[in-house]
Amino acid sequence: MRRAPESPRPPLILVAPALAGLAFLVLPLAGLLARAPWTTLGTRLAQDQVLDALRLSLLTATLATCLCVLFGVPLAWMLARAPVPGVRLVRALVTVPLVLPPVVGGVALLLVLGRRGLVGEHLDAWFGITLPFTTAGVVLAETFVAMPFLVISVEGALRAADLRYEEAAATLGASRWTIFRRVTLPLVAPGVAAGAVLCWARALGEFGATITFAGNFPGRTQTMPLAVYLALETDPQAAIVLSLVLLAVSVAVLAALRDRWVSTGT
Amino acid sequence: MRTGLDARLVVRRAAFDLDLALAAAPGEVVALLGPNGAGKSTALRALAGLVPMTGGHVRVDGDDLRPLPPDRRGIGMVFQDYLLFPHLSALENVAFGPRCQGAGRRAARRIAAEWLDRVGLAEFASVRPRALSGGQAQRVALARALAVEPGLLLLDEPLAALDAHTRLEIRAALRRHLAGFSGAAVLVTHDPLDAMVLADRIVVVEGGRLVQQGTPAEVARRPRTGYVARLVGLNLYRGRADAGRVAVADGAATLDTADPLDGDVFLAFAPAAVALYRTRPDGSPRNLWRARVAAVERQGDRVRVQLSGPPFDAVAEVTPAAVAELQLSEGSEIWAAVKATETHVYPA
Amino acid sequence: MLRSITAAASAALLLTAVAGCGDVDDGGEASGKTAATGKGGTLTVFAAASLTETFGALGKAFEAAHPGVKVRFSFGGSSTLAQQITQGAPADVFAAASPATMKTVTDAGDAAGTPQVFTKNRLVIAVPKNDPGKVRELGDLSRPGLKVVLCAVQVPCGAAAEKALGAAGVKVKPASREQDVKAVLTKVSLDEADAGLVYRTDAKAASGKVEGIEFPESAQAINDYPIVEVAKAPRSALAKEFIGLVLGPRGRDALTRAGFEAP
Repeated sequence: MRRAPESPRPPLILVAPALAGLAFLVLPLAGLLARAPWTTLGTRLAQDQVLDALRLSLLTATLATCLCVLFGVPLAWMLARAPVPGVRLVRALVTVPLVLPPVVGGVALLLVLGRRGLVGEHLDAWFGITLPFTTAGVVLAETFVAMPFLVISVEGALRAADLRYEEAAATLGASRWTIFRRVTLPLVAPGVAAGAVLCWARALGEFGATITFAGNFPGRTQTMPLAVYLALETDPQAAIVLSLVLLAVSVAVLAALRDRWVSTGT
Repeated sequence: MRTGLDARLVVRRAAFDLDLALAAAPGEVVALLGPNGAGKSTALRALAGLVPMTGGHVRVDGDDLRPLPPDRRGIGMVFQDYLLFPHLSALENVAFGPRCQGAGRRAARRIAAEWLDRVGLAEFASVRPRALSGGQAQRVALARALAVEPGLLLLDEPLAALDAHTRLEIRAALRRHLAGFSGAAVLVTHDPLDAMVLADRIVVVEGGRLVQQGTPAEVARRPRTGYVARLVGLNLYRGRADAGRVAVADGAATLDTADPLDGDVFLAFAPAAVALYRTRPDGSPRNLWRARVAAVERQGDRVRVQLSGPPFDAVAEVTPAAVAELQLSEGSEIWAAVKATETHVYPA
Repeated sequence: MLRSITAAASAALLLTAVAGCGDVDDGGEASGKTAATGKGGTLTVFAAASLTETFGALGKAFEAAHPGVKVRFSFGGSSTLAQQITQGAPADVFAAASPATMKTVTDAGDAAGTPQVFTKNRLVIAVPKNDPGKVRELGDLSRPGLKVVLCAVQVPCGAAAEKALGAAGVKVKPASREQDVKAVLTKVSLDEADAGLVYRTDAKAASGKVEGIEFPESAQAINDYPIVEVAKAPRSALAKEFIGLVLGPRGRDALTRAGFEAP
């Protein structure tokens, strides 16, 4: 795409609400910055608990994103391409975690994957695996809430992709799997990347499902949002610091990723 | 053993019905020519296995391909917009087919490089499709289709996406490559010139049915439908001949011809054979009729004059000077004449 | 399709706007102000989540005794409520689950007068109905393999648990430190945890799903519930009356029935 030689002046009727929207999104951040205890920032950040929570957050969000991609991309493909009966219903079900209050999601996960849950019971009895109160539980909770973002994004990309490329690949002798791997997937790569970024951001900020399903234990299941919430109970200043750290890290990572794949992919 | 293509394509859908017998000898290029919606592309997609057939068969070199999915038919196809994979370089695009057929990475790239060289694009191997011109993309698409060494090559409007100038050049190049291809080839086009230049045989399809076939020269000389006649630029009438006199337009007029045929015939004459007069010419042994000028349009250095009946419609082609001399304009009444020797009559 | 979506969206927007306007006469600040001098009006009570049932009942009684008066409750975590009050939330009465959270309000000068302790709550061990961990006493919680959940130390029930366990010399490795007592109760009632420390009132409220086991060491960590009138309370007179109701025999009766102890 070439840029127009001179971009036309955008109409005021769009600019005004755009700026208002931007202010609405940015001002709370400004509030955090204004109230941050800058003088004690260094010592607060150096606390082990902060670093533990940050490390855990980054690790679990990344793992959750991997799981989302691993399972979400085939699911999106199924929704977009496979002649599944009742596909509308399936699609609606996929978006359930978006509308479900995360805490309810957490309870639901407990009911299925908990020690006495429908599936969890057998995991415990047969393999000795219990998921609640573990880091794996955090990853699952985050995957649960984040997966719809990936599925929706990738399904949109798949629907927009030109099916005729796949036909061309078929005439060249490519099997369906080869077509998916070498043609479809590269064509929707920008969609997958955008979905993964959304997923990661959502997983990083996940609170309700995580604390309900995986509990809160420093170093094991206490991610940054949980640490922030509990800090708020006694030490709002510390909560601000933690929030800023979470924000800074996520903004830095997202900005780096955006430059690297999202823009070059399109 | 190459025996070429032998197919009967039956595709029935709610609003569409294709039933077309199609054969092409090895090395022969058959052009499917027809108006939009005639079923040409559907026929091509049915051959490739991209459209399920309701009946018939597809045999290439003796093997029945109908039960096979597209990826196991060994057919090369050049798509209308070429559909080069945007994320792969020209070389990788061409190597895609050989790779799918089981060639190793290196072998596939070598084959691809050879084909790119053959279409004259060796130096564009690492270029992405979006950086290629239309003509270059068409050549890469052709190389990609040929690199799988198909028994049957399908080309869907291979020149439609090109501008007039490139088209001329690419058409000539495509003709060379098709001449070098030993399998059967089927080409879909709505452009009669493409069909004439590229094909050994033309199959005219209208409404899902074959309406005429023959060599380009035959089709051009003896059109059998109004569509073909318009394409090749002839005035065509159906009529009954009685010892060289042909009754046309339901007997409203009779034209003298030089061919002593009897029975149902087609009668054709070129627009340039029509002479126009302001007043009735005297004592000439010509077919003469009174006509009204429906439209006058310039075409290159000639002017096409649409004449409307009764007794029948026709197109005349005259020089701009004649237009001025005759003071032709829409609605003017004139006399038109065609010599019997300028008409061409053949059995219907 | 697109058009109908747009139409639906604008309709929804419109509805929200109308509902937003309607809010004004739906109690709240506006009507509170207009009725401030009259007999009616709305009393706003901020109370710890553990008081939900008891105060709800007391509120009904208060309304019955004061025709035209509505009592509006905001139940939540004590510290959250305390923060809201110091940020200027329009409360008349604040009832906290711990003196520490009350202190944030008094320190900020947002309390009218001195807080009074109106009830006490003690911890019990909550176990699932079938008691899979065979828990009898506090000491059992240190048993390896037993899944114990506690409140986070930042919230009052967590602080109390630390105190009780410390006094008993019991070392517990909790599976999780939950954000509030209800979360502990959820984990225990869903049988995810073998035991948790919760308030007696909470165990009693969930008596269908969990068993509350009393333990003597809980005496070391009894939680005081202070109540106070908020400074500049819009309905100061009503606030005093409500506090009187809570501190009086009627209030004490309701609290005791819920499992609270007399101060």
